[in-house]
Amino acid sequence: MPSMVSDEARSWIGRSQPPIHMEVTRRDIQKYAVATEQRQQKFLDGDEAPPMFLFGLLRPIVPLDGLGPDGIARDGFLPDFPLKRIMAGGTEMTYHRPLRPGDKLIATKTLADIQEKQGGSGPLIFVSYDLTVETEDGEVVVEERSTRIIR
Amino acid sequence: MNATSKARFDAITVGDVLPERAFTASNVSLFLYNAAIWNAHRIHYDAPYTTDVEKHPAVVIDGPLQGDWMSQCVLDWMGEDGALLKFQYANRRASYLGETLKTVGCITAKDDAAKTVTMELGVQNEAGEIIAPGSAVVRFGG
Repeated sequence: MPSMVSDEARSWIGRSQPPIHMEVTRRDIQKYAVATEQRQQKFLDGDEAPPMFLFGLLRPIVPLDGLGPDGIARDGFLPDFPLKRIMAGGTEMTYHRPLRPGDKLIATKTLADIQEKQGGSGPLIFVSYDLTVETEDGEVVVEERSTRIIR
Repeated sequence: MNATSKARFDAITVGDVLPERAFTASNVSLFLYNAAIWNAHRIHYDAPYTTDVEKHPAVVIDGPLQGDWMSQCVLDWMGEDGALLKFQYANRRASYLGETLKTVGCITAKDDAAKTVTMELGVQNEAGEIIAPGSAVVRFGG
């Protein structure tokens, strides 16, 4: 079977996006904590961020005309494949410490791997990303491995 | 390791079940969640668009929100006695506004030397299907 991953697509492995700079605020934690129905006071008061708060913190803020008619921001960090339907795979996070108000963080996302597999309903491409979140002093706070499935 | 955390750890047995919790998203809670994470995907708030254009039966409950609910299953169980080291989840099946989802968990391994506990987690729909499986590792003490 010919490969669905071109040499050009394969050359994306190891490529990193420009680092994202983020600042954690108490107010953002409080909003997130209410919306996700947290029960612990430290989250509701914004003293500490719930672990999944990072997901929202990483989402890009783009101008309105950068959103499609579906409301989604275009994401360029994916090579061109013959398959087009993108699904979220799994996400695995390793936490070194919780995020707190005042944290100034730098996130770097790298395209770590591309794998082809034969699924029950046709071919699949798995694209994995490694994300490292660290402080400006280089203290690693969270590491994440996420996968997208293209079919 | 402080005494409370040690007592907690010592009492844990493989097979122990974590407390379940039910979540019923509303239009309001989904709006606030998507505003908080800055997500404008219309399937989470625009019902006519969701059914007519993207062909879902109803407004879609965000996958990462279910991941958060699953993480709370662990956080609320361990309280201040433990620290979350690893958390993993995947969304396997969509869920829609109006459904009540339940978070479940079960201890699958315990490492006495490392003072860690591993658990399988899940978000279960009303039909009893695990629509999002996950797992976590928690360390007790220091």
